[in-house]
Amino acid sequence: MSAVTDTVRVTAPGNPVGRSIRDSLVVARRNLIRMARIPEMLIFGLFQPIMFVVLFTYVFGGSIQVGSSSSTQAYREFLMAGIFAQTVTFATAGAGAGIADDMHKGLIDRFRSLPMSRGAVLTGRTMADLVQTALTLVVLAVVAVLVGWRTHENFGKVLVGFGLLLLLGYAFSWIGALIGLSVRTPEAATSGGLIWLFPLTFISNAFVDANQMPSFLRHIAEWNPFSATVQACREMFGNLPPGFQTPDAWPMQHPVWASLIWSVLIIAFFRTLAVRKYRSAA
Amino acid sequence: MPGAIYAEGLVKTFGNVRALDGVDLEVPEGTVLGLLGPNGAGKTTTVRCLTTLLRPDSGKAVVAGLDVLKQPDAVRRSIGLSGQFAAVDEYLTGRENLQMVGQLYQMKAKAAKARADELLEQFNLADAADRTAKTYSGGMRRRLDLAAALVVSPPVMFMDEPTTGLDPRNRQQLWEVIKQLVSGGTTLLLTTQYLEEADHLAHDIAVVDHGKVIAQGTSDQLKARTGGERVEVVVHEREHIQSASALLDKYSLRGAGQGDTTVEDHMRKITTPVSGGAKLLAEIIRDLDTNGIEIDDIGLRRPTLDDVFLSLTGHVAEAKDDEDTKETAK
Repeated sequence: MSAVTDTVRVTAPGNPVGRSIRDSLVVARRNLIRMARIPEMLIFGLFQPIMFVVLFTYVFGGSIQVGSSSSTQAYREFLMAGIFAQTVTFATAGAGAGIADDMHKGLIDRFRSLPMSRGAVLTGRTMADLVQTALTLVVLAVVAVLVGWRTHENFGKVLVGFGLLLLLGYAFSWIGALIGLSVRTPEAATSGGLIWLFPLTFISNAFVDANQMPSFLRHIAEWNPFSATVQACREMFGNLPPGFQTPDAWPMQHPVWASLIWSVLIIAFFRTLAVRKYRSAA
Repeated sequence: MPGAIYAEGLVKTFGNVRALDGVDLEVPEGTVLGLLGPNGAGKTTTVRCLTTLLRPDSGKAVVAGLDVLKQPDAVRRSIGLSGQFAAVDEYLTGRENLQMVGQLYQMKAKAAKARADELLEQFNLADAADRTAKTYSGGMRRRLDLAAALVVSPPVMFMDEPTTGLDPRNRQQLWEVIKQLVSGGTTLLLTTQYLEEADHLAHDIAVVDHGKVIAQGTSDQLKARTGGERVEVVVHEREHIQSASALLDKYSLRGAGQGDTTVEDHMRKITTPVSGGAKLLAEIIRDLDTNGIEIDDIGLRRPTLDDVFLSLTGHVAEAKDDEDTKETAK
């Protein structure tokens, strides 16, 4: 026991940015280890989007008209960007539940009592969620190809599309982080992280052609941050249906930029709030 | 130079609840202060304020010579926190948990690993080092939690109800660990609801109630406030009561504000306030024996911390006040 009192010097913090990155990676590693030890989380997370791919493709596929086409194949290709985007936003619930669980178990207190960077616990968590989102997208893309989804643009553009999806997922995990710090139980974080995602992702261009919505909803859909990414992916994947009328709204005309701007704004806004909340978490 | 832990007038309110109502504390370097109080007295809030987790509304706090409000990050480098609200990740192994904490104390990965191995050995967790903490027993988890607080051997430690919920055997084990720790010179602030625990581990005890320190001192000093120790003698022969009483008078503290000698004739029992513990008791026995006074029973009665606690905080105190008033009135 005598060694307990041996002095282990704690090095004074060096460069704060370096420390922040290093601490975030330590926390990210911790969350990835957890993820690997609780694989059911990843697997259950895949059920819902795979189900949507199959249901929308086969149940609605023949009856939803997009652009001037009502062919099943056109809808199939139109649909996938929407489901991909919806899936990445579900990272919100994962981040929220994870952080609420850490609060609940007292781990956030332990972290807050350590001389570590103040944003690292949340950044580490969102980084791990990003890895999980990427894995989910890979599986989902394979399933999409199996049911007949094809891209019609070069590989670089397709990668840009997936990059925008990952960025959107990352942005939404910061919303989840804030929710996780604000609720009392992991259960509340899960439902609190999901409920509003349904109206958000349905009042958009994700599953239907927004041009066919009543004008009030159409405006919401066109300016919905979520729609910008969906539209950008459709362009990058070459999945816009024949005869599709691109709406005049700015985010729909410049979807790649709109998607980038929205995601960056969401990160800046929610990261600031979440880190502030973390500092004073009771 | 204030002690290793120093707090002055800490106030913290949550809505309408005044959780801390001006807490003053001082823990000299290398000593153990037991913060004793019932649930909701403000023990945890005090610890949270001192460990930078919570910002007090007003007041001053200095830990390891550093201002808690102005240099929180430096304070965090000098403290270890364990107990009720510090925790371990149950999906990480014991080793991974300690390694992570080490790295977050800004140790290099390799140094953190070496330190983790050392601690696992010291805390008897080496065999379970590569099992996830989920599989640990309650006692093992507490040990791991304590080890996590000791990764950098901080000069100042905080433990919030470290043994709450443990069975007696595990509690004993943890007490041993804590004793060894403080024998090495670490300053410790420990909160507890167990009077026995404070008595066992702490040099000084601060009794907290309704967000205030209502009494502070050594365990003996606090006990003395409730009336100190008493010696009780039951003589064998009724006629010895007088002589025994006269003999006890030599040792008695009666008249020194510690209560008076009482004689219960029908039980042949004499009680008188003393101080000096077991040694004195032996002396009295020898003295009685030399004077040929045969005894049936003799004992030292010390008020327990429970007595102290109730008399300081509970309704018992009010009831007792009433009795005192009555006695004076007589």
